[in-house]
Amino acid sequence: MVPQDYYIALSAILFTIGALGVLIRRNALIIFMSIEMMLNAANLAFVTFANTYQHLNGRIIAFFVIAVAAAEVAVGLALIVAIFKSKHSIDVDQMSSLKG
Amino acid sequence: MLFSEATTTSFFSLAPWLVFAPVIGLLINIIIGGRFSEKLIGAVASVASGATFIVSLLLAYSVWVGHGQGESIFLAEWIHVGSLSLDWTFRVDSLSTTMMLVVSGVGTLIHIYAIGYMHEDVRFKNDPSRFRRFFVFLNLFIAAMMILVSGDSYLMLFVGWEGVGLCSFLLIGFWFEMDTLARPSWANSNAAKKAFIVNRIGDLGFLIAGFLMFWYLGSLQFDEVFAAAPELADTQPGIIIAITLFLLVGVAGKSAQIPLFVWLPDAMAGPTPVSALIHAATMVTAGVYLIARSAPLYNLVEGAQSVVVIVGAATALFAATIAVGQYDIKKVLAYSTISQLGFMVAAVGMGAYVAGIFHLVTHAFFKALLFLSAGSVILGLERGHHLLAHAHNGGAADHDDEEEVRRTEPAEVFDPGDMRNMGGIRKTMPVTFWLYMIGSLALVGIIPFAGFWSKDEILLDASLKYPAVYWLLSTAAFFTAFYMGRQIWMVFFGTARHEAAANAQESPKIMTVPLMVLAGLSILGGLLNLPFKGFHNLGHWLEFTLGEVELLGLDPTVAGLSTLLALAAIFISWLLYGRVTLKQADRDPLKKPLGFVFTGMENKWFVDEAYKAMIVDRYTDVCRFLADVIDSRFWHDWFHEKLIVGTYNWFSNTGLNYYADQKIIDAFANGLGRTTKYLSASVRRIQNGFVRSYALSVFLGVVLILGYLILK
Repeated sequence: MVPQDYYIALSAILFTIGALGVLIRRNALIIFMSIEMMLNAANLAFVTFANTYQHLNGRIIAFFVIAVAAAEVAVGLALIVAIFKSKHSIDVDQMSSLKG
Repeated sequence: MLFSEATTTSFFSLAPWLVFAPVIGLLINIIIGGRFSEKLIGAVASVASGATFIVSLLLAYSVWVGHGQGESIFLAEWIHVGSLSLDWTFRVDSLSTTMMLVVSGVGTLIHIYAIGYMHEDVRFKNDPSRFRRFFVFLNLFIAAMMILVSGDSYLMLFVGWEGVGLCSFLLIGFWFEMDTLARPSWANSNAAKKAFIVNRIGDLGFLIAGFLMFWYLGSLQFDEVFAAAPELADTQPGIIIAITLFLLVGVAGKSAQIPLFVWLPDAMAGPTPVSALIHAATMVTAGVYLIARSAPLYNLVEGAQSVVVIVGAATALFAATIAVGQYDIKKVLAYSTISQLGFMVAAVGMGAYVAGIFHLVTHAFFKALLFLSAGSVILGLERGHHLLAHAHNGGAADHDDEEEVRRTEPAEVFDPGDMRNMGGIRKTMPVTFWLYMIGSLALVGIIPFAGFWSKDEILLDASLKYPAVYWLLSTAAFFTAFYMGRQIWMVFFGTARHEAAANAQESPKIMTVPLMVLAGLSILGGLLNLPFKGFHNLGHWLEFTLGEVELLGLDPTVAGLSTLLALAAIFISWLLYGRVTLKQADRDPLKKPLGFVFTGMENKWFVDEAYKAMIVDRYTDVCRFLADVIDSRFWHDWFHEKLIVGTYNWFSNTGLNYYADQKIIDAFANGLGRTTKYLSASVRRIQNGFVRSYALSVFLGVVLILGYLILK
């Protein structure tokens, strides 16, 4: 049996990679993937604790997150497509027309 | 019932009707007189005045029945302040009833005369609508004069004093938009103003005397003042002297004494009945009445009495000399009035109150007669003049058409009052001539006319008490006879020096009948107080009020000398004016022998000019200084414009606008806005539009929150 700390550590690593990806990368799709990675890092932490404490809530939350992520992807991809149509680019740094 | 009650008690309760009757008369004329005919207006006014006379008679009768016991009739409360209580109370005693009888009696006759006189006067002056106004003023005058003589305190006397002054002003300026020759000018209204202002100077003296009385004697009521005066005379005689001398200033104003006499000659600008009533017979004698009424005060201070005597005697002589050089028939009489008032003032000044009042009464008779006769002469000439004007125009003009009269008037300015235009009028106006003769003889003092007895009494008193004054007054009497002689010869004798005089017409009955009554009084007035034992009627009558008076007999020396002087003066005047018939262009025959002296008399000794140079011009200078420097430059330019407006402007512009508003309030509001702008400008930079920096902020925030939660 793999100890729980390893899962949590993996989860943290995944989350950190995702967060860095969101902050560093300019491609909207990559940012999206990074976000997915963070969500799944969280999922991993949820199911790890659910397994450890033999409690159902963590698993249920994981399913919720998956559902929300799916919906988010649907909306997010539609937005990216729309932006691409008007700007012919998905570089997020160019999407700065709301700058103060 | 009423009759029996009246005979057993008295008529004293009627006293308020002295004032009510003329007031009712004038109210009737004011309110509904517009629809009245001239005769009715005159009748209402005359009846009102006549009612006053009847009331005066009844009051005098009551005093006589009551053996001289006077009475005070309370009418209304006026002022009650602290210990001072002043009421409108009528004082009916032998002195006041004497004045009432003279004022209302002569006044009524003049009212009747004025009906005839004003009828023509308003037509010659071309404004018949003014007829009613004249009678309203006359009645107002009677009312005011009654308040004056019936007042029970110095204050009520002063109310009447001012009232008659007002009427005098209104009536002198009756034809206010023209001069005495009916040319457009402000001469008449200037004369009215002069009278009013000079009288104000005198009134100031009266007021100060009143204040002194109130302050030192605690009352203005006659009896209380007289009761308190002897004590004050012992402790502070200076105050009594001051009171009496300040009263004398008032007397000098009202009774035209030196130095305030200058208004009276100018007052002849008023219609002749006014000159007769106000400026000869009644109002101007108010000063004499005031001194006689204040006898208990004057008797306390001999020094003040001497001043009064000197003022009176000097005025008598001074005015008589001026009268010699006048050419206007009314001006001669005006200066004669001043002179005669000087006699009265001198008389009451030397304590000869009976003689003063006696002369006041007789003078009212004969001077009213003279003035009214002079008015008759003037109108006679005016009639002749207009007759000529019509004749020159072919007699086509209609008498009833006033416009026509105006248009056909010749261009030449004709002065109907100038004696140089007269001459020979005794033939054209015989009735007026005889009336004028009676008045003149009474004034000159020929036995047995009224003036002889009264003037001689004054002269006798003077010879006993003030010999120097006796000679002054005798000289004045000499001049009196001379100027009256001169007037008679110039007006009535010789030949007409102007066509108008040749065509003069006699006055109607309504004018001559009152004159005949006055002439009768001028002849018989001496009976009031003959200087023989048992005939001192007026003396005994006034004793009731004045206390014991000295009743003098007839001194043949004094009487003989004065008659001799008068006859001599008349003879000299005949030599100069009567013997040789004067021509129109002739210079005055006196001019040659007297030279510059006559020029002085002609020009009233340049008193008006001197007053103008010494007082009026200086006054104007002071006024100009006050107006230009004090008011305009100091008060307006500096104090108002610079100090107040400047301070205000500085305060509002600099203080409030610049400092308070701009620097504080605006700065605060602007600072608020600027701060907001600055803050927002700096905060705005956070919103850089880079999604990733937003994301970084979110992460950092999460890290911070988590860090806080963990490390808590």
